[in-house]
Amino acid sequence: MPATATARINTEKISRMNELVPVVEMTGIAIGFPGVKALDDVDFRLFQGEVHALMGENGAGKSTLIKALTGVYTIDSGRITVLGRQKNFSTPAESQAAGISTVYQEVNLCTNLTVEENVMLGREPRRRGSIDWRGVRARTREVLAQLHLHHVEPGSLLSEHSIAVQQLIAIARSVEVNAKVLILDEPTSSLDADEVSQLFRVIRDLRDRGVAILFVSHFLEQVYELSDRMTVLRNGKLVGEYMTRDLSRMNLISKMIGKDLEVLEELDQESSRSQARLAAGARPFMETEGLGRKGAVSNVNLSIYPGEVVGLAGLLGAGRTETARLLFGADRSDEGSIKVRGQQLKLRSPRTAIDHGIGFCSEDRKEEGLIADLTVRDNLVLAMQATKGWARRIPRRVQDELVAEFIETLDIRPANPDALIRNLSGGNQQKVLLARWMVTSPDLLILDEPTRGIDIGAKTQIQKLINKLASEGMSILFISSELEEVLRLSHRIAVIKDRAMVAEISNDDVSIEDVLTVIAGGAQ
Amino acid sequence: MKSILKNRLAWPVLALAALLAVNQIFRGDFLSLRMQDGHLYGSIIDIMRNGAPTILIALGMTLVIASRGIDLSVGAVVAIAGAASCAYIAASPEPASPATAAVAVVIAVVAGLVLGVWNGFLVSTIGVQPIIATLVLMTAGRGIAQLITDGQIVSVTNDSYKAIGAGYLFTLPVSILITAVVFVLAAVLTRRTALGTLIEAVGINPVASRLAGLRARNIIWIVYIFSAFCAAIAGLMISSNVTAADANNAGLYIEMDAILAVVIGGTSLAGGRYSLVGTVVGAFIIQTLTTTVYTLGIPPEVTLVFKALVVIAVCLLQAPKARTLLRNLKPASPLRTKEKVAA
Repeated sequence: MPATATARINTEKISRMNELVPVVEMTGIAIGFPGVKALDDVDFRLFQGEVHALMGENGAGKSTLIKALTGVYTIDSGRITVLGRQKNFSTPAESQAAGISTVYQEVNLCTNLTVEENVMLGREPRRRGSIDWRGVRARTREVLAQLHLHHVEPGSLLSEHSIAVQQLIAIARSVEVNAKVLILDEPTSSLDADEVSQLFRVIRDLRDRGVAILFVSHFLEQVYELSDRMTVLRNGKLVGEYMTRDLSRMNLISKMIGKDLEVLEELDQESSRSQARLAAGARPFMETEGLGRKGAVSNVNLSIYPGEVVGLAGLLGAGRTETARLLFGADRSDEGSIKVRGQQLKLRSPRTAIDHGIGFCSEDRKEEGLIADLTVRDNLVLAMQATKGWARRIPRRVQDELVAEFIETLDIRPANPDALIRNLSGGNQQKVLLARWMVTSPDLLILDEPTRGIDIGAKTQIQKLINKLASEGMSILFISSELEEVLRLSHRIAVIKDRAMVAEISNDDVSIEDVLTVIAGGAQ
Repeated sequence: MKSILKNRLAWPVLALAALLAVNQIFRGDFLSLRMQDGHLYGSIIDIMRNGAPTILIALGMTLVIASRGIDLSVGAVVAIAGAASCAYIAASPEPASPATAAVAVVIAVVAGLVLGVWNGFLVSTIGVQPIIATLVLMTAGRGIAQLITDGQIVSVTNDSYKAIGAGYLFTLPVSILITAVVFVLAAVLTRRTALGTLIEAVGINPVASRLAGLRARNIIWIVYIFSAFCAAIAGLMISSNVTAADANNAGLYIEMDAILAVVIGGTSLAGGRYSLVGTVVGAFIIQTLTTTVYTLGIPPEVTLVFKALVVIAVCLLQAPKARTLLRNLKPASPLRTKEKVAA
């Protein structure tokens, strides 16, 4: 209980400084799912005219807390007060009626409708019983102007606009309803730097107009740039509430993961690139020559040696995932060739690839990785069971041993093999999917964005794991949008640009700028 | 108590118990069993015997539905299996011998397996949507059965054959024993091997299953073959019970009862996790309902409406939303308040 105790003291200190009554006050919130206690006695306050960052690792309970506030989940116990009135939300509509608006990571608007229809949906001004379209347009223009979106035509289709603009239009909708509270859940994850600064300008404007803003992001820099105050959660419990300017980045991280700074630094050290170099005369595990598929990617010339981590760098949508899918047989190539252990190979299906010792973790965990309604155990042994065939079930005892081993080594939480995997946090789901391949001990493991949307603790663990696997002789193809991570882990880097492989760089003293130059400028 | 109610099987079992209780109240001897000539008699036995074909077909249907499919052709397979076996017996030189009956059974089962392979081929290899793929056989199958029987009702006189649907063994009707054997077979086939889990995996997320190296094609083939196998056995049972093959009416609408049994038993039509026990309970509920209608003396005009009401009630009780509503109707549980005081 010491963490909660300090939190309480902190809260008092801040409230003395700030005599305002909070717009939102949540006290003693608890929510449980079968096998998981998602929130346990959590307090949270949100004041008028502030940007409040909700911080924590994956699985700390951030999303759950937001869902409690927006009426998606009903709370098991605790109290929610909005503008001084106690509320008991059981549907999102009730929460919206109370003045709370949410903009999610994936924009939840109708892309097939126009901008004005989206902004005004359900609240169109009426004249003699029918919709006053002129009024709709005028009101939409007014709202868009407030958000500096003069260039957006109200009558244009939403799908014509970039994700960033769509997100701003989602915010416009909340401005239109005159929301008192605006919740932004990972709003920047698919935006580039310019779009982020445009978004931040709008957020600051709204804050200055007195809107209370709850901001969730995995990007620490953005949190420090934007937020005034933060609340830190860990394992479903409150760690504390802090003024952003009083809490250093390192302190924040150690509060998020509950470890001391020295341990963190050690982890960071350990996860830097394994130094084991290739033995002379080693033969590549996999070689491709001019591999490609129409409309997806072309000219992939890669060779991956045993024990080597090859990074695949490039912009989102440049063709990285397409390359990975060709190497795994998830899509069939229509040009070029693949050799595995020197043997020419036609990869017709994932199964062929698996039989030749290749594993693939997709970037799309939910759609392409998880079997959501099955248990951690079933998910973990799935690939191994698939290779054995349905008739030869892995004996329960062996399953138990495997699952127990990986739950321990990968620190999967909750450590319950029978928990449904959909009830786990993103980071823990990712660990189970990694374990799914590790039990098959592949020779080549293709990891597409294995650390995306994962908190810093789990991220370091996964990076460490990649190193360990490589030093044990496994080849790894590592795809990530974060160049720092690619540089830190890979021995060699292949650059994909505009749906073709354009360069291969040996990673000795290469800087991010060097790689960026290649991505920006083409071949060396 | 709370954890028992959370179990997926809780509501179907409660519904069945309630139905049985209602019958017992209106007819005092409903639950009683008696021995006569070494055979067990009683309403429960009747329900089980009459429900045997539905249970069989529902077992196969459960696995198909778990794989995200549906099999509408089971009624047609029932007709074809019955027609094939009866036509063989009627045309054979020794229509009354046990050997003839045995060959007839083999013919019916093989016919069922072939039809299952056909369904599985359409769904897994060609990639036709299950509802369309099995609709083909549902429509064409009755025609095939009529071709086999020349459009006539084929009657047979063969004591061995009659035993399948109307005989007794170890004091129990043979049809109940056959159903029990198929149930055990299905349970062993899916839970002693990895088949059950893999069917669920394909049903929950086919894309992820493929990327994990699962050969969904084989799995899908197996479930349609098993479904047709069950339907063929049910076809034998039905034709044996009336010692005749009726291509038009044998197993008519039985696919609907089977799907209903699966749903009442707690398996979602969206695929994924399934419960064979739940399906058996579901099929019992449907059969008991029919009996209840007679027990209560409900006029035949409203019978179907009555059935529909009970089915809606059971399905509603299983819906998470309806359960939340029910829970909210009750005052806050005293247990929770106590916890708060303690904290």
